[in-house]
Amino acid sequence: MGRAGADGRAAVGELTVGCTAEDVATAIRAVAATVAEHRVELIQLDRAIGDGDHGENLDRGFKAVVAALDESIPDSPAAVLKLVASTLISKVGGAAGPLYGTAFLRASAAVKDCAELSPSNVVEALTAALGGVVARGKAVVSDKTMVDALTPAVEAAKGDTVAAVLSAAAEAARGGAESTIPLVARKGRASYLGERSAGHLDPGARSTTLMLDAFAKAATA
Amino acid sequence: MSRVGLVVVSHSAGLAEGVVEVAAQMAPDVVVVAAGGTEDGGVGTDYDAVTAALARADSGAGTAVLYDLGSARMVAEMAVELVDNARLVDAPLVEGTVAAAVAAQSEADLAEVVHAAEDAAGVPGLTAPDTTVAPPVIGDVDLMGSMKVAAVDSAAPAEATITLTNEIGLHARPAAMVARAMTTLDATVAVTFGDTTADGRSVLALMALGARGGDEVTVSATGPEAQEAVTTFQEMAARNFED
Repeated sequence: MGRAGADGRAAVGELTVGCTAEDVATAIRAVAATVAEHRVELIQLDRAIGDGDHGENLDRGFKAVVAALDESIPDSPAAVLKLVASTLISKVGGAAGPLYGTAFLRASAAVKDCAELSPSNVVEALTAALGGVVARGKAVVSDKTMVDALTPAVEAAKGDTVAAVLSAAAEAARGGAESTIPLVARKGRASYLGERSAGHLDPGARSTTLMLDAFAKAATA
Repeated sequence: MSRVGLVVVSHSAGLAEGVVEVAAQMAPDVVVVAAGGTEDGGVGTDYDAVTAALARADSGAGTAVLYDLGSARMVAEMAVELVDNARLVDAPLVEGTVAAAVAAQSEADLAEVVHAAEDAAGVPGLTAPDTTVAPPVIGDVDLMGSMKVAAVDSAAPAEATITLTNEIGLHARPAAMVARAMTTLDATVAVTFGDTTADGRSVLALMALGARGGDEVTVSATGPEAQEAVTTFQEMAARNFED
């Protein structure tokens, strides 16, 4: 293991130029840390209207992602995203596995030939991720799902730098997630609760916001 | 000939195994594989386990995949997308798996197995008396009904009233045996018990009749092999469905 000093790019941080595989891996580690930090919050949100496993499942999935990145970092941004996808699909035992797994898989496919991600590549990746979540989960806006956070995030994802794109997306995701509070769930486990699902923040919309937030902070750092 | 295999994807290992147990009783030669619970034995779905189950269930004729709730569908869908000749089935888990297993046992192809499972919702093939073609009240009406049937089919309709002498009657295994036999014949078979008529090819409809040992059922068939269908049923009943 170890870095072996191979690629000669020293720092994360100069993201105005573009994100390398290393940068994407660093951002993914930041997402994993955020998920771990908010594990209990996500469990509590999910316990209110779902089966209570969202925080635990996501945390397990991202811990496995970090373990895989510790082994070795794939050599392109797309390959890093694909590693995240396959690990989440395998290790997350709930709906978040196939949903986020498909999101990362589609994002990976959208940027598959890029050595570095430009701001517009990031927009393309986010757009593809939303497409994946919608295709897999069949949810639309106002169903009280992660789509309610990711849709406005993609719409708002604009800017001259990767950090600007991701910050705008994260900000919009936050608003989208909050908009789920009064909604009655029409997809997922919460939909079995009918009217009783109203009045609660959707855990999937919350985790989407947390992840985008972590990406934005990593890009700004 | 290889048979279609089945995979049961559930959030719970116990639930998946229980469904497999019930299906296996009625379809002894069908490979039905359980993929329930998470890797560490918890409640959830395990993509790798589903992928492995798909590989085990396919013996060349394809695989039908049934699931219980939300994420099980998505996990099953992803696994199905990555292999050839597997189909995701939108059906109630227990009824769908049983119907699919019986269809697979009778060497139905993948499309027919999927269809049998999807048909299992609400037990189609089971009709209440007021929706049947010919209410058996007045001679004229009955005659008209029979004439219409005879005009459509190439052979004469056949009918027999049979007393079930095995203890459990048309319960799971006997019902499966009847359904399998009727599926192989070119005949439309109706089994009537009391006020209710079941499609002779639908194991779930036959079971839903609730006909027990000592009960009398009427088997009526139309189509080229109508007589054979009735005779086959009589012979199986005479052997107590090999109970």
